[in-house]
Amino acid sequence: MIVATSGVLVTTGVVVALVRPTFDFFRAVSVTEFLGTTAWFPLYEPPDFGVWPLVIGTFSVMLVAVIIAVPGGLAIAFYLNQYASDRVRRNLKPILEILAGVPTVVFGFFAINFVGPNIAAKIWVFSDVGFYSALSAGITVGLMILPMMTTLAEDAMAAVPRALIEGSYALGATKRETCTGVIFPAALSGIIAAGVIAMSRAIGETTIVLLAAGSTANFSFDIGQPMQTMSSFIGFAGLGDQPTGSTGYQTIFAVGSLLFVITFLLNMLSRRIVSKFREVYE
Amino acid sequence: MSSVVSAQPVATDLHDTTSRSRKNLDKLFLGGLWIFTLLAIITLVTLVGTTLLKGYSRLNLSLITNFPSPFPEDAGIQAAIFGSIWVVVTSGLVSLFIAMGTAIYLEEFADQGSRFNKLITINIQTLAGVPSIVFGILGLAFVARGWLGWGFTVGTASAVLTMMVLPVMIVSAREALKAVPSSLREGAYALGATRWQTIVKQVVPSAIPGIATGSILGVSRALGESAPLILLGALAYVSSNPAGFDSDYTVLPLVILKYTQEAQEEFQAVGAAAIIVLLVLLIALNMIAIVIRDKSRKSW
Amino acid sequence: MVEDMSNATISKTTGGSRQSDSVVRVNLSSDSQSNSGKPQNEMIMQSVDLQVHYGDFLAVRDVNLTIHKGEITALIGPSGCGKSTIIRCFNRMNDLIPTAKVGGKVFYKGIDLYGPEANAGEVRRRIGMVFQKPNPFPKSIYDNVAFGPRVNGKPTKAETDELVESSLKRAALWEEVKDRLKQSAFSLSGGQQQRLCIARALAVNPDVLLMDEPCSALDPIATARIEDLMAEIKSEYPIVIVTHNMQQAARVSDRTAFFNTEIGANATRPTGVLVEYDTTRKIFANPSDTRTEQYISGRMG
Repeated sequence: MIVATSGVLVTTGVVVALVRPTFDFFRAVSVTEFLGTTAWFPLYEPPDFGVWPLVIGTFSVMLVAVIIAVPGGLAIAFYLNQYASDRVRRNLKPILEILAGVPTVVFGFFAINFVGPNIAAKIWVFSDVGFYSALSAGITVGLMILPMMTTLAEDAMAAVPRALIEGSYALGATKRETCTGVIFPAALSGIIAAGVIAMSRAIGETTIVLLAAGSTANFSFDIGQPMQTMSSFIGFAGLGDQPTGSTGYQTIFAVGSLLFVITFLLNMLSRRIVSKFREVYE
Repeated sequence: MSSVVSAQPVATDLHDTTSRSRKNLDKLFLGGLWIFTLLAIITLVTLVGTTLLKGYSRLNLSLITNFPSPFPEDAGIQAAIFGSIWVVVTSGLVSLFIAMGTAIYLEEFADQGSRFNKLITINIQTLAGVPSIVFGILGLAFVARGWLGWGFTVGTASAVLTMMVLPVMIVSAREALKAVPSSLREGAYALGATRWQTIVKQVVPSAIPGIATGSILGVSRALGESAPLILLGALAYVSSNPAGFDSDYTVLPLVILKYTQEAQEEFQAVGAAAIIVLLVLLIALNMIAIVIRDKSRKSW
Repeated sequence: MVEDMSNATISKTTGGSRQSDSVVRVNLSSDSQSNSGKPQNEMIMQSVDLQVHYGDFLAVRDVNLTIHKGEITALIGPSGCGKSTIIRCFNRMNDLIPTAKVGGKVFYKGIDLYGPEANAGEVRRRIGMVFQKPNPFPKSIYDNVAFGPRVNGKPTKAETDELVESSLKRAALWEEVKDRLKQSAFSLSGGQQQRLCIARALAVNPDVLLMDEPCSALDPIATARIEDLMAEIKSEYPIVIVTHNMQQAARVSDRTAFFNTEIGANATRPTGVLVEYDTTRKIFANPSDTRTEQYISGRMG
């Protein structure tokens, strides 16, 4: 019984852990500066505390990742659901599971040694891509969450009643038409929920971004540039030892709160969507 | 009795009358599906390939027996391996213990519909959605500094990883307990066993394979975690194996992180080799899980 | 009992005459009691020695049927005798089941449905199907009916509007839904949903309509409406209906095929066989096979 409550403790613990130092942070740093300015150099002398570069960085990486993972996950899910033979399915699913089990730090290595030089640098025509870039990080994060998105989308599709699918074929529709015209709309709430979870995961990713996107909090929309995200900043700050109670230390918590709030809201959103738009087939 | 065909009027045929554009769209669609499927496969292949290419030169015994050194040829990851073992085994055991207690309580004793039950379930779901770095912050605030003040030690890392792995463990333990057929429980009760005896002697043992597989999955996750431990001092230049829960430590993912950040190719090679070691360990763990799962299937 | 085979065609099976009791009787000759003097309706579909395996299991065998224009043909029999399996052969829906293997032939206007000349999509457009439980798509009423025409062509808005209206009218649903076409199909009652599915099937202008126990999920009033509908449209759309309800078969159909199960020599599970196929009046009033008679009298007596 005592043991069971520990699960509850953790969530409340997260909130409690974040609240106090965040509070302290905002006593030292005005909210206007935090949300209103665009230079983020909290560990410099003199420090700047405009959080926007981190937010833009986070959403840039997330956008690239989602552009790869969501259509990709849907595509593979459609393939598994309507097109793949048993033999293909039996071989493809383990590959996806293995990919899902690869630790993020290994993906980070992959980003630096392959994706960055060979892909990001080659495809980005708008600017010169250096060693670190949000693009490289975004692509790699997208590849990392691809298996998860596939699994979630496939679960949503598998829940579509077979009668609907047969009804579609019985009207002479092709596989493609059944996928886009019947399965997709019928599985929509599950697919959207999956997409939101993918977004949330991409926002929270630390290690890959730390390795691939660098530690410059660039206030820029050019994803060929190095960028820092909220998560990678926290990691970066943590690497350098911050004395307890210092503003630098508190910055970790302030940004952490922001991160927690964003992902928490996204997860709530995902659950609302599922319950509100769940198709009822009765 | 004329044959069928000649007795009928010549019919419009059943040839494919679909338009070119419809068929082209079909082909385009399928092509798109293939592209992404191949993307997933190619990613895995390239990832493993790049790692092997960069790391094989450094794959020899000294990698595992040595400690960190400014010279890449001498640098070894023994400290990280033992650090990982200490941290992962501890958090695995502790979270397993807690998860079992929670799961048994939730499944066997608690009123299934109670608000408390629901509260816990929601909490577990929420936890699963929290980014891993936030757990690091939590650990920093309460465990390393703050309340417990354990500093950057094996104990701290274990505590934090326990919290992270707990949701997965609880869910899989609950599933394993749910899967035990009620006939087993009823049979025991019919023979006069008490609730507690039934649980300990019948339900839990038959749920063991499921729980074991779940634990191994949890442990795999803990082994590969990097983000929270960044905040908990695991990156320190550690040149010895942990001696106790209050020791400095490092773990495999973090040394990989460190070496990957180095500019020198030789250090990249060390990082790659460390990745290979990590992946081998993960594969070994998963094979054990698969064997357990298959063996338990047969016994039913 | 020698049967007159003048108008029906029987396959060329394993040589030899088939005189035993367990043999299919297809008696559609013009001198049968119920059809005296009337010309046969034109045959539109025919199955010859149709059989289906699921993996190694022979589910149903030796089905020889003819489907005629302007008529309703009922398939009746106990559970598990393969009626649904057979009707699904008529529009190649069994293609969707990987382990299903169809043997024998099914002819539609002289063309083998499973032959090289036939395209599955086209087959299904020509031979429509309504399922046991209404299965409207999670779309509006309008979009449900429009789905078939839209995938099979590129109708303009005006054409689609027209098609939707005429299909709903043919399915006797137009008056009830004409003011709420954009509402979700799930806002309809069960009976209405099934008529929507009929409208949806009719929207692609099929030549034959297959119905697999279309009323089994509906209440008696809804059932009656659908039976009335069937009688109305059968002149335009010949119907093949699988039904568990013998009164229904007797009420609506022109011909009836009675299926039964039997366990073959080496089999562990029963295989379905077509026992008797004749005009409905004959089947119900004076069946030739004792098994038919037992089934009919057992269920209706």
